[in-house]
Amino acid sequence: MRFLHLIWGNLTRKKLRTALTLLTVLVAFVLFGFLSAIRQALVGGVELAGADRLIVRHKVSIIQLLPVAYQARMERIPGVAAAVHQTWFGGIYQDPKNFFMQSPVVPAEFMAMYPEFILPPEQMRAWLATRTGAIVGRKTAERFHWKIGDRIPIMSPIWMRKTWEFDLVGIFDGRDKGTDTTALYFRYDYFDEVRQTQNWGQGLVGWYTIRVKDPAQAADTARRVDEEFANSPAETKTEPEGAFVQAWANQVGNITLIVAGILGAVFFTILLVTGSTMSQAVRERIGELGVLKAIGFTNGQVLGLVLAESCLLTVLGGGLGLGLAWLIIARGDPTGGLLPMFFLPGRDLLLGFGLSLALGLVTGLLPARQATRLRVADALRRL
Amino acid sequence: MSENTAGQSALVRVEGVEKVFHRGAEDIHVLSQLNLEVPAGQFLALMGPSGSGKSTLLNLIGGLDRPTQGTVHVGGDRLDTLSDRALAAWRARHVGFVFQLYNLIPVLTAERNVELPLLLTPLSPAERRKHVATALAVVGLSHRAKHYPRTLSGGEQQRVGIARGIVTDPTLLLCDEPTGDLDRKAGDEVLNLLQALNREQGKTIVMVTHDPHASARAARTVYLNKGRLTNEPEQ
Amino acid sequence: MAGLLNWFSQVGAIAKFGLMSIPQRRGAVSATIIGIAGVVLVLVGVLSIAAGFRRTMLASGSPDAAIVLRSGADSEMVSGFGRNEARLIADAPGVARNAAGPLASAELFVIINLPKRSTHTDANVPLRGVEAAALAVRDHLTLTAGRMFAWGRNEVVVGAGAAREFAGLEVGGTIKVGRESWPVVGVFTANGGVAESEIWTDARVLQDAYHRGDSFQSVYARLNSAAAFAQFKDALTSNPQLSVKVLRQSEHYAEQSEAITRLITTLGFLIAFLMAIGAVFGALNTMYSAVAVRTREIGTLRALGFGNGAVIAALMIESLLLALLGGTVGGGLAYLAFNNLHAATMNWQSFSQVAFAFAVTPQLLLQGVVWATLIGLIGGLLPAIRAARLPIAAALREY
Ligand SMILES: Nc1ncnc2c1ncn2[C@@H]1O[C@H](COP(=O)(O)OP(=O)(O)O)[C@@H](O)[C@H]1O
Ligand SMILES: [Mg+2]
Repeated sequence: MRFLHLIWGNLTRKKLRTALTLLTVLVAFVLFGFLSAIRQALVGGVELAGADRLIVRHKVSIIQLLPVAYQARMERIPGVAAAVHQTWFGGIYQDPKNFFMQSPVVPAEFMAMYPEFILPPEQMRAWLATRTGAIVGRKTAERFHWKIGDRIPIMSPIWMRKTWEFDLVGIFDGRDKGTDTTALYFRYDYFDEVRQTQNWGQGLVGWYTIRVKDPAQAADTARRVDEEFANSPAETKTEPEGAFVQAWANQVGNITLIVAGILGAVFFTILLVTGSTMSQAVRERIGELGVLKAIGFTNGQVLGLVLAESCLLTVLGGGLGLGLAWLIIARGDPTGGLLPMFFLPGRDLLLGFGLSLALGLVTGLLPARQATRLRVADALRRL
Repeated sequence: MSENTAGQSALVRVEGVEKVFHRGAEDIHVLSQLNLEVPAGQFLALMGPSGSGKSTLLNLIGGLDRPTQGTVHVGGDRLDTLSDRALAAWRARHVGFVFQLYNLIPVLTAERNVELPLLLTPLSPAERRKHVATALAVVGLSHRAKHYPRTLSGGEQQRVGIARGIVTDPTLLLCDEPTGDLDRKAGDEVLNLLQALNREQGKTIVMVTHDPHASARAARTVYLNKGRLTNEPEQ
Repeated sequence: MAGLLNWFSQVGAIAKFGLMSIPQRRGAVSATIIGIAGVVLVLVGVLSIAAGFRRTMLASGSPDAAIVLRSGADSEMVSGFGRNEARLIADAPGVARNAAGPLASAELFVIINLPKRSTHTDANVPLRGVEAAALAVRDHLTLTAGRMFAWGRNEVVVGAGAAREFAGLEVGGTIKVGRESWPVVGVFTANGGVAESEIWTDARVLQDAYHRGDSFQSVYARLNSAAAFAQFKDALTSNPQLSVKVLRQSEHYAEQSEAITRLITTLGFLIAFLMAIGAVFGALNTMYSAVAVRTREIGTLRALGFGNGAVIAALMIESLLLALLGGTVGGGLAYLAFNNLHAATMNWQSFSQVAFAFAVTPQLLLQGVVWATLIGLIGGLLPAIRAARLPIAAALREY
């Protein structure tokens, strides 16, 4: 710390150059934060998946429906604690661009299966008491400025090709930061009743979620579920929720790879710019470094001074960049609804901070080595 | 005064020193079979034409460079065999440097420049401040403590450089053409200061110069020519 | 005239000094070039995804072909017709005919799970049931391996993109539909269009396998000409027995690709914009150091009578040259790395995979060069102005 004023003095020697380098680093870390949030939005669901939950769907594809009667059969299978179903409703609210998911569910058992959805008890009671009642996640409620008591018209091109109207009785929050609070859930009994009047699709549901008694036995339980329905007209494919979400993310493409590629290009570039600035800064004051050595500074101390200077620069730029990214990201999804879980995870903030330090070390190392290799007598001659 | 006692009281003892620089395939013999003793408390001027190796010799005495052959003793320490690290520590404790171009760090104030060598000691900030204030008082620049080098005149900068050289209270002060870049008046001030340091504080001073006016202030003058030392200027 | 010539030679002289001093500051100069190359690489790279996706979608439909869906349906997934409606559509005026009858194919569209070759995880692959006219209503459909499936048999042919992306889709392989295994007997290409991502079989066979009775989800039709579309559409929409939505195939596919292209383009520009800001700072740094290195030189030239304008112009030229070099390198790298890179992604509108190739188009390369030029202009201007503003006396005293 006793050298801090010296390090700071060196950084402020050419203020414009320092500012420009700082801004370059800052921009790199804004980008880092931003891409981390995109990656989180696209593949982050995998980490949040319940370890004790399985997804059961039609073996041929998820768009094919399963009998609602499977629920009772699943719950009799050893290892299964509970099973609930959801169905893709595919509804449109005003404009197809306003995409969010809707699904009919059986309220009590559904909310028990997903403890990450937090609904106030009086709203839960209202939902149980209202056949046409629906609950929606906080994000979507805020997006469309919905309040409890609103009637929400949703047109479903799949189901009855009509506009359904739901009474909004509750707004749920997410337990975790990454919990998806964009979906709307309404009552299955109301859904099936309407289907019966048209005699189309009644008794069929989209997919099931199972909670297993023992996550260690999840693979066995999944196999037993699939065996139960083997050789029936609707065979199933059961997998852990995490694997299901991962496969879903893989369908979009290899996001992590693309993000890593972009960040690689960005950091390589920044490394070069910062590194060349640092070595220029060191080259300019070879003589001064010689004076420090003449006074009795050891090679290690000179190395430390140069490294500390570059690290201070990158950590400052990195910290400010991450902070700025955090502010931008907190303002929400830039695509208008396509990325429901858009936020900057704390883990990535830490990673970014570590990266900024590493950047400082790497860019400072070469000039610092130059400075220490220097023989004092030679350095003094170059004054 | 016997040879033996002279050896004991000599602070600096250079014996049989050779210095060869390599520039490409060419060898430059700068110093050959050079001997020099500087008794403790002496103010010695080292003269000689440009390129004769004065700075080279000074660097050897100050532990900034190692001889190709021969030994350099300062105090009880043999410098030519010390490691880089040990040399750095030795310089921090025992020697102060004053340069022709002052070599102050432009981004630090006068007092911060003077404080630099103290950063290598375990002194507390308060103790450091005290030492810095004393050194600046000695060179008569207490009132310019907060000023940056570029706002000081050449003479003032050199006096700050001297304050930096003496702030750790070293036994030996090495000055490489300290007045080379100053006008007569400022040069005299610096020479007065060096003389006072020698007389009042007993500092041993080796000063490289090619100015007879400066060497006249020293107690003894030696001349370097073609790699050898003499007590008379060669023709 | 002489004044102008003189001015040019002044600019030339200063620019020459600048270019000659580049080896002296090669670190900063190469950092700038690579920095700008990085921006262009990422910009062109990301946008080439969107361009490739759009190219695939646009290659899929010609203007004289139409698709008919149930009204209100925004994709085949949620559309549906009976046999009668399909026949009414095929017989509508404007539909081209050959000896076998109208060139219209009533089709069925479902999705099956197949593992991706790259990740071994399940993906939604479109399985399409077609009628005999299917080949005639699409452009450039060519079998490249094996043979066409036999009508009425449980056999499939697969698009080249699907064959590349999903496990088991090669001639001799099989797919599982329900409890049955269907052999893959051929591979086809469709000029890079969406059909290449699909698996095809006989519509009747698929109806049976999926218990769909005699129903379809869409009708694809070849029209007499592009101009016949209006007639065709009017006939269908005014027919009280039908409630349908009629689109040119090109419109349909543009609609289908809109969301994903918008997503990629938005993100791509955002990323490139941020990177460009970083590169501008990098370029500013380099050019300021270029000016600093030559302050005295520039001062001398100005003392000799060189004009301010010439100093600014020369420095701008240097900055632009560096930027263009960076832009060219970045564009070239993007072309080598990304052009024709195969990938597959989810098309949300059809809920299924689309195989496509990244496309580094000339427009994208041009766009990259424009960005590089802008970076060079901004990065050069301020330092050039500083150099020209510096008092000559002060400049001469430097160093
Ligand atoms: N590091 C070095 N490499 C090569 N030659 C050197 C080096 N240091 C000094 N010299 C040469 O040694 C000679 C003496 O230099 P120096 O001691 O600086 O002379 P001066 O008496 O002027 O101070 C000169 O010829 C100089 O060129
Ligand atoms: Mg010298």
